[in-house]
Parts: sequence; structure tokens; C-alpha cells
Amino acid sequence: MSAPLVRPKRKNPLARTRLPLLPQGQRSRTAHGLTAAAAEGRFALQVCEQCAQVLYPPRDACPRCLSARLTFKDVGPDGRLIAETTVRVSTDPYFRERMPWRVGTVQLDAGPVIVAHLHGDTVEGERVRLALKLDKSGSAVMLALPAQETPHMHADPHWREMTCDPQYRRVLISDGRHAVGQAMAKAFCEAGASIVFVGIADPWKPYPGMAELAGIERVEIVPLDVTDTESVTELAGQNGGRIDIVVNTAEHVRPGGVIERSNLTIAHDEMDIRYFGMLRLGQAFGPALRFRGADGTNSAAAFVNLLSVHALMNWPAYGAYSAVEAACLSAAQCMRAELRPGGVKVLNAFFGPLETEWFQAVPPPKLGPLALAKAVIAALKGGLEDIFVGDVAQDVRERLDANPKALERELGAH
Amino acid sequence: MQIQKHSNANSAHTERKFIMATTDLLAFANAIASGAIRVVDLTQTLSPEFPTIVLPPEFGQCAPFRLEEISRYDARGPAWYWNNFTVGEHTGTHFDAPIHWVSGKDLPDNAVDTIPPAKFIAPCAVLDCSAEAATNPDFILTIDFVERWEATHGRIAPGSWVLLRTDWSKKSFADYAGLRDDGAHTPGPGPEVVKWLVEERDVHGFGTETIGTDAGQAHHFNPPYPAHFYMHGKGRYGLQCLTRLDQLPPKGAVIFAAPLKIKQGSGSPLRVLALIPGNAAA
Repeated sequence: MSAPLVRPKRKNPLARTRLPLLPQGQRSRTAHGLTAAAAEGRFALQVCEQCAQVLYPPRDACPRCLSARLTFKDVGPDGRLIAETTVRVSTDPYFRERMPWRVGTVQLDAGPVIVAHLHGDTVEGERVRLALKLDKSGSAVMLALPAQETPHMHADPHWREMTCDPQYRRVLISDGRHAVGQAMAKAFCEAGASIVFVGIADPWKPYPGMAELAGIERVEIVPLDVTDTESVTELAGQNGGRIDIVVNTAEHVRPGGVIERSNLTIAHDEMDIRYFGMLRLGQAFGPALRFRGADGTNSAAAFVNLLSVHALMNWPAYGAYSAVEAACLSAAQCMRAELRPGGVKVLNAFFGPLETEWFQAVPPPKLGPLALAKAVIAALKGGLEDIFVGDVAQDVRERLDANPKALERELGAH
Repeated sequence: MQIQKHSNANSAHTERKFIMATTDLLAFANAIASGAIRVVDLTQTLSPEFPTIVLPPEFGQCAPFRLEEISRYDARGPAWYWNNFTVGEHTGTHFDAPIHWVSGKDLPDNAVDTIPPAKFIAPCAVLDCSAEAATNPDFILTIDFVERWEATHGRIAPGSWVLLRTDWSKKSFADYAGLRDDGAHTPGPGPEVVKWLVEERDVHGFGTETIGTDAGQAHHFNPPYPAHFYMHGKGRYGLQCLTRLDQLPPKGAVIFAAPLKIKQGSGSPLRVLALIPGNAAA
């Protein structure tokens, strides 16, 4: 059993902040098939279309039948830890700081033998399950976990190194005026965040849920308007050095397409609140996040974007909104590359219509704000990069994979 | 040559007029410099935090003030500091032109770029409702109230701004906006008094300390938003988000309020200055 995570001591202000180091992150183009699975929390290996052999490590031809038709498919993650060793000395700067480090060999039931990082609760000779995790460099690695949940297993240092668990971390929710921001505040407190800053723009404007939000334990309301550079910069100046997870909940959902509207007033607001808001948060909080990627138990861990799944394919009924979400998705990909040197992850949570005011006329299925918040927590605990939350998001994702042109036509059908 | 000669013939006359004018204006400038005339700034600072009017969210909204730094003696511009700003026409201390309201849409010279510039300087009457508004955020100005004021201070002169002092500018932003679940609660004029001020007193315009010239609940009046409807319908002007009205005498101040010259603009943020006698009670 892992030792429970203890609340980190207050940082010694005289001690230098250690710079984030990364494990070796180079992968072949083919091996990024594992990265794709790890980003979504799936366990996928190459399976030969010709002879059904399950392969590891990834390659370009089947070692059994020489077929080049090797497809990444979800396979069973269960196996047995057949050998283990503890590395005590390394020349690699990243691992040197983290010695000793257990590694082992897992015989997977699906076939291949895989060298993996070992969770502290795994035992040689026993059953384990493998997980594909994104390490600090953002590349996929194998982590062997005990077959069953063990007490405090998420406190394991290997696990914590590869995930963004909110426990004892300090979180900023950028906008608490709406249902999603409020659900997010509640969920992060329940997940054990040590403080949840919740931004409120125009505090002179009352909003539903105001008293309940202020009443949540460990929530601290802060003035923050993502459309105001000065406001974002000021908050980052005050608290940027002690915020470990930023969740951008700012939203501006309005129906209407391009030609359906008669001017740019709404589009300006949409861009300002969503896209420029994200840029302001990124510019103000990004540098400190990237610098603090290895700053102890409560190191900087993640920047969370809530994105409409229609960022991936336009939904003309909410066409201008979809376009702005697409811009945010593109910026998120950029931020992911920019934050990677700090070992800080960018989580994109894609969702369809929400059970909120501006989707009132949209028929179900719709996603409840609390379900979205819980999915974000689960994704951070698992160290994921991309999640598709709810039926509509998953459906759009599958149809996009199958036939993007059909999806475009169907979303645009009147 | 002919033209030159003609202008020379008139030069003596022009010069005499010019000297007279400069003499008077210099005396005026000297009075300002010496403090015999005091300048009171009635303008709120344009800042991102200052409340703007809130309309139902399905309508277009007035943009708040935003500042984006271009450079500040840094790599973006080594020796200079400057900003870009964005703002709505009706943000912060601002001027309403008649074209702002549907009742004034067809009047001549009804936009900020076409209003004759002489209209930007006018005397004012300051109605002090601060005591009434202090206990009642829904205080409504009536004809009766103005007549009682006139009994003390004399009739409002034609062509005067009427400024409503409520001390609203001294409130916290939340109390200033006064938003509750049934809308804003801020003081303003009733329909009858606005019509009366225009028709019986021929006023220049109406100015307030609140977010709008109308009361917070004025959408329930008949007509809705009477200060907008009647003032702009008769080509009069509006000023809102004023401050320091408590420094003005009831009568005798002159207001300088010139909006930005926006092509067909419905209004604009502006600097509003009051000139008052230096010995006027503060």
C-alpha cells in the first residue's frame, strides 16, 4: 500500500525553485500511436491485420508475417509482472533526481512482453494491469499498476509524476458566474484541491448561485475578467506563482451562424471572451506554470480548456460559436507545445450541448455541468490530454473518424 | 489681386472685432488661471471596472472600456508608452445625441459630428435630490419638485442643462448599478417632468450621475425611458455618469461638454467640465 499523500509544507522562500527536467521524449512517428491512446486514457497496441499478432514496441512491419498493415487497437491491459528491478543510479538528469526507480517486465495476456515503470504497489509474480501514460515529456510510457485498486494508490510518486491530480494543488477557475464554473469549483474542492480561486468579472452584477459559490469550502472569489488584460495580469501578479491548475470556464454561447447575423457585435464578444480570454490567461499564467512544473508535490500541473466538440466540425445552428471554439482548439495545441518544456499538460475537454441557459432550445441529450466537471477531475487524475464528455461529443468524434464529409453535411442539414 | 485688395479693405473692421474678442477671452482665461473661475471635472475615469448599462443578454451590449498596451519603453517600442483602447459610445461619462433614440432619428444635426459646436457650452441648473435618493433608490423627479426648487433658486433659464444631483457617483459599484432580480433601481425623472422641462422650460438637455439619464425602472414608464424619448425627440442632449455635482452651485455654472466627432455617432465618452465662480460654495 502506498503512503498517503501528505499536505506539502509551505515552500521555503529562500530555496531556489528547481527547474523542470524532462525524460527522453523522442518517439518514432509510428510510436505516436501509443501517444494518441495515452492522451485519451485508452490502452492500445498494434494488431496485425494479416495474422492478428499483438505487437510491442510499435514497428512498421509485423515480425511474424511481415505485413505492413499494423493498426492500433484497444487491447486488454492485463498481465503478470514476471521480473522487476530497482534502478538506483542514472546518468539521465531527469531520473537522477527521482532515484530509486522501479522498472519491470510484464507478460501481457494479449501476447507481448513489455518493459514498464512500476507502481509501488505492484509485486513481482503477481497480476498487474498496464496503463499507457503521458510522462512529463508528453510521450507515452507503460506504467504497471496493481490489478486491483490499493489504498492511496494515486499518491504513488510514479503515478503522481504522470498525472495532474488536483489533491493539494491550487486551482484557478477563470469564471464562476455560470453553472459550469460553479460545478467545477465544487468538483475541485471535493477532489482535495487546497485552494480554489474562482474569478468573477463585474462583481457589481449579481448572478445565480452567488451565495452557494462563496459558501464552498476552500473557494476564494477573486476579481477576474478574461476580457480585461489588466485584470488578468493583476491576478497573475498576485497569485500566479501559487496556481498549479488553471481551468478556463469562461463561456459565451450564442446561436447563429455567419450570414444569419447582421453584424460583428456578438462575434467580437465571442472572440474576446473565449479566444482572446484564453490568450490572456495563457500569457499571464503560462510562464509561471511552465517554470513551476517540478515545484514539489504541488507543482504546476495543467491548463484545462473546455471546448465545444464543434471545434472539430462546425455546427451551423451555433456556427459562429463553433468557429471561435475551433480557434481555441488551435491555440490549445500551441499552448500544449509551449507548456511541454515545463512538464505541464494541456487538457482539452470536448463536450456537446450543455444543460445550460443558452442551449435551452436544443433537444437532449445534453450534458450537465457537474458531469463535465467530474469528467475533468477524472481526466486530470488520469493525466489525460483529450476527453470527449457525453453522448454528443463521443458521437461527433466517432462520426468525424468515420466520414468527416458526412458529418459536415449532417450537422448543416436543416 | 482683386481679391487681395478686397480683403485689405475689410481688414480694419476684422481686426477691431478680433481685438475685442481676444480681450474678453483673455480676461476669461486669466480668471481661470487666477482661480476666479474654478474648473470642476465632472468626469468619471474611464476604467475597465466602471459599470456599463446592462441590457437583456439577447440584445447587443455596450462595450466596456478596455486598454491594451502597445508598448511601454520596452522591446515593443523602446522610448515610448502608448495604448489602444476600445469603448462603446455609451460607456463611462458620456454624451447622448438626439439620434441615439428613435424619437430623434430624423431631426437635423442630430449626431455628434453634426451638432453645432456652440451647443457644447451651456449653463446649468443643478437639482439636489441627494437627500431623497439617499433613502429611496427609486426616487422619481416630479414637476412639483422642480417648481419647489424654482421657488428658492428662480426659474430655470432656457438653454440650460438640468443636472440631477443624487450623490449616486459616491456609491460602491454594486449599489451604483443597483441591479436586483427585477432590474436596476436607480433614481431618475418621471415622464411628465421631462416633457415639461422641454416644453415649458426649453432646457438644453438632462444630465445625471447614474448609468443612464432615465431611472433604473424606466422601462415600466409611459413612454418607456422618458428622458431619452422626450429630450432626444426634441433635439435635446443627455449626459450621464457625471460626478462631483455636489461641487456645483444650484445655478451659475457653465458646462463644457464636447463629444468626440464620430461620424454619425449616437454619443461618446467625453470630458465634462463645469466652470464655476471661484468663491462658489464647494
